[in-house]
Amino acid sequence: MYKRRLIPVLFLKDGWMVRSQGFSMHQYIGDPVSHVERMMQWDVDELIVLDIGDGEMSFEHQRTDYRTKPVATMLDFIDLIAVQCQMPLTFGGRIRTVDDIRQRIRHGADKVAVNSLLAEAPATVHEAATIFGSQAIVASIDYRIVDGVAKVFAGGRRAVDADAVSWARRAADHGVGEILLNAMDRDGTATGYDLGVINAVAEAVEIPVIACGGAGHQRHFLDVYQKTAASAAAAGNIYHFKENAYPLAKEFLKRQLPDIR
Amino acid sequence: MPLRASIIEYGVGNIQSVVNACRRLGVDALVAQDGAALASQRPDRIILPGVGAIGEALANLRRRGFQEVLQALVQDAGTPFLGICVGMQMLAERCEEFGAHEGLGWIPGTVSRLAPEGSGIRLPHVGWNTLEVRDPADPVLGGLNGQDMYFVHSYAMRCPEEFVLAYCEYGGRFVAAVRRGHILAVQFHPEKSAALGGQLLSAFMKEPVCTSAA
Repeated sequence: MYKRRLIPVLFLKDGWMVRSQGFSMHQYIGDPVSHVERMMQWDVDELIVLDIGDGEMSFEHQRTDYRTKPVATMLDFIDLIAVQCQMPLTFGGRIRTVDDIRQRIRHGADKVAVNSLLAEAPATVHEAATIFGSQAIVASIDYRIVDGVAKVFAGGRRAVDADAVSWARRAADHGVGEILLNAMDRDGTATGYDLGVINAVAEAVEIPVIACGGAGHQRHFLDVYQKTAASAAAAGNIYHFKENAYPLAKEFLKRQLPDIR
Repeated sequence: MPLRASIIEYGVGNIQSVVNACRRLGVDALVAQDGAALASQRPDRIILPGVGAIGEALANLRRRGFQEVLQALVQDAGTPFLGICVGMQMLAERCEEFGAHEGLGWIPGTVSRLAPEGSGIRLPHVGWNTLEVRDPADPVLGGLNGQDMYFVHSYAMRCPEEFVLAYCEYGGRFVAAVRRGHILAVQFHPEKSAALGGQLLSAFMKEPVCTSAA
């Protein structure tokens, strides 16, 4: 039986792991490598790492990994975790060219998440899907509700003249293999997922949709699985602030649903 | 001497995860960039990984001179072989993805889309899904019946039942693993399938060389 996935998302900023709220406030919560190790111990279904820093040299100052070699760049970081990782890895952030994608995949990423690139150079997204296959390219879509419309913001910052549904269709037409749908308003609020928009997007495309933004309780995951056609529920903060949140959520979900790993 | 496994690199995919998975098992994992390199590595085991578009993969495989060397080492000399994902699909006779492509023909089968467009079945099939293993005595997959493995694909092989080692269900039943003697191939990604995937790779490393090949 096909299982719906529960996916932790790690946010990196300037080489540090951060907790995010409203896509603007970021609280530093430590060394990324130790967080990844914890995810591996939990045997997570999949892992998404998003580099949300806006500086050019995001990992420049980082020397936090005292157990192994220092992590200087995103690619070093991918190397470091890919060596131990037996689960699928998606990396997003700072992807501008086909070569950026090639490097991340060569260093051990299974998929890359593109976001601003969909607005700035859709032809590059198309080209990447042709070269690496649709399954390797995830479209990360950030939206905020503005006057009742799910308005898209490229890279979570720059307003795009499109709503989440049409933007998702466009991404699918460019050949991406999955949609990572982020509700910016819900980020860090723990008020639950935006079920209406998730469903609208999932109905509009034939590729899998990963819902993200708003998880604060196990039952929020259940809502996604029971009330939407999303293939996966992703979350960040909940895994940092509750002890063993991932394995406990899995146990809870398995009691209610058959299609949980 | 540790066991030596050659991993075939033909251009685009993430082969590092397969290399890493082999090294975790204590296997000496070498990357072969072309047919000549593969021959000179004299591998005990050969793994053909794969993601991406099959036409591109087959063209690259041939351009790099792998086809003849693989034929000699696997078909003639009996080196245990594992194909993964597109590395399984390439073994078929014919593959239909953005046009028809001629495969290696090691398994008499064809590769086609999992479900037609507009069928409501989401493709690619991404995620964990359950194996239905046909032969519980198989030394590599036998113990994995009912277990979940990680899949990422939109196409799958159809072939005669005698070669099917495992099925899986996604908008209908499809072939998840095939075996023809010492040639083994899986549609899922053992290198991404946590501890059970590692168990599969470990069992593959124990496969005997086929002495009756050729």
